[in-house]
Amino acid sequence: MVEIQLANKKQEVDTQQQVVDNNPKKEVKELYDTIIVGAGSAGYTAAIYSARYNLKTLILGEELGGQMNIDCEVENYPGFKKIKGSELMQKFENHAKDLGVQIEMDKVENIEKINNEKFKITTMFSIYYSKNIILALGTKRRKLSIPGEKEFLGRGVSYCATCDGNFYKDKTVAVIGGGDAAFSSAFIMLKHAKKVYIIHRRDEFRAKPGVVDSMKENPNVKFIMNANVKEIIGDNKVTKIKTDNPNRSEIELDGVFIDVGINPNTELAEKIGVELDQKNYIKVTPKQETNILGIYAAGDATNESANIKQLIVAAAEGAIAANFAFINTRECTHKLEGGNCDD
Amino acid sequence: MAIIHINKENFEQEVLKSDKPVLIDFWAPWCGPCKMMGPVFEELSDEMTDLKFVKINTQDEQELAAQFQIQGIPTLSLVKGNKEVDRFSGFAPKPMLKQKIEAMTKNI
Repeated sequence: MVEIQLANKKQEVDTQQQVVDNNPKKEVKELYDTIIVGAGSAGYTAAIYSARYNLKTLILGEELGGQMNIDCEVENYPGFKKIKGSELMQKFENHAKDLGVQIEMDKVENIEKINNEKFKITTMFSIYYSKNIILALGTKRRKLSIPGEKEFLGRGVSYCATCDGNFYKDKTVAVIGGGDAAFSSAFIMLKHAKKVYIIHRRDEFRAKPGVVDSMKENPNVKFIMNANVKEIIGDNKVTKIKTDNPNRSEIELDGVFIDVGINPNTELAEKIGVELDQKNYIKVTPKQETNILGIYAAGDATNESANIKQLIVAAAEGAIAANFAFINTRECTHKLEGGNCDD
Repeated sequence: MAIIHINKENFEQEVLKSDKPVLIDFWAPWCGPCKMMGPVFEELSDEMTDLKFVKINTQDEQELAAQFQIQGIPTLSLVKGNKEVDRFSGFAPKPMLKQKIEAMTKNI
């Protein structure tokens, strides 16, 4: 086998970093009825409903399938006893496409209200116009934001035990976090690694007690409580971490799996003046309306679903948002015929 | 452009002996972010024709994955001749990924 000389550079950029946009933009003059920002369960469902109302519908998504692509198995979506999240999302996407929904992989940079009948949507590549907007922005993984985290992504730092567990056969790894997701990652890692540290910043876990107890019985698991990870260290890959727990200030290991929760993906909403709650979730009415007439929000990024982030709830909110966007379009058109469409 | 799937047998011919620099997408069927990367990678292969886009399934080609010391997927690795120029790990949206790949190609 031929030898290959590997690059030793550490990753300089964050995958969620904003990019500098200097692309010439293509203006799509045709007016859409509904543009949906986000391609997860809420976005696809809103699109399916919207298309069935015969509305001209476009989805602008950065990550097709959204968070469902990371979760492995869905066992509580009615009609599917057990299905991979990504497979279910593929079905949602195909369903929307079959109904004539247009889907573009693009990043929305700005949304402005041009007048009472339309919004201008500026993306990385294009400019679109739409009567209504549905924000289905979802959530993203919370990061530790410590030195070494982004530099060693793919070189010992991971956010997906399902994806990367296989690369840590007989290695020592740490799972950072104390919730169900962290324990689920630890469970996966025990199939591969010889030793799994579970490192948590508090002295008790949020994860279900049964899960925690079963993990306590496993001789290959070591708990480190009251420890914040401060730095991830290595050369061309991770070799150790530093914590603020004086008893375990340094731990030698090969991999760090980070599972410290999620944040709503609402920077765009905030930028365009959509009102957020204290935790940065979008405030919505029971009709999924935001504070801006014509802009609706659905799914995990709304405050209504903040306490139960489930596929079916996000989908339901998408349906509700599409319905009221449809009513708004109709009423607005109706009013327009009379000459006015008031805010 | 058609994306070539690389294995031990065609690695030398398609990667090491390629005239164009090669962008390898290391992936696996169980990896959700890799699935999101799929259509992005495909679209970029049509837009960035100066590069050859190939994929390596890390489940089937464990030796190749080990040779590249892959520890996380998706990872995109830019290779010219028998030298890796740079690599990028994690899923990123298409606009961002395109810029990252463009920046990587400047180091060839």
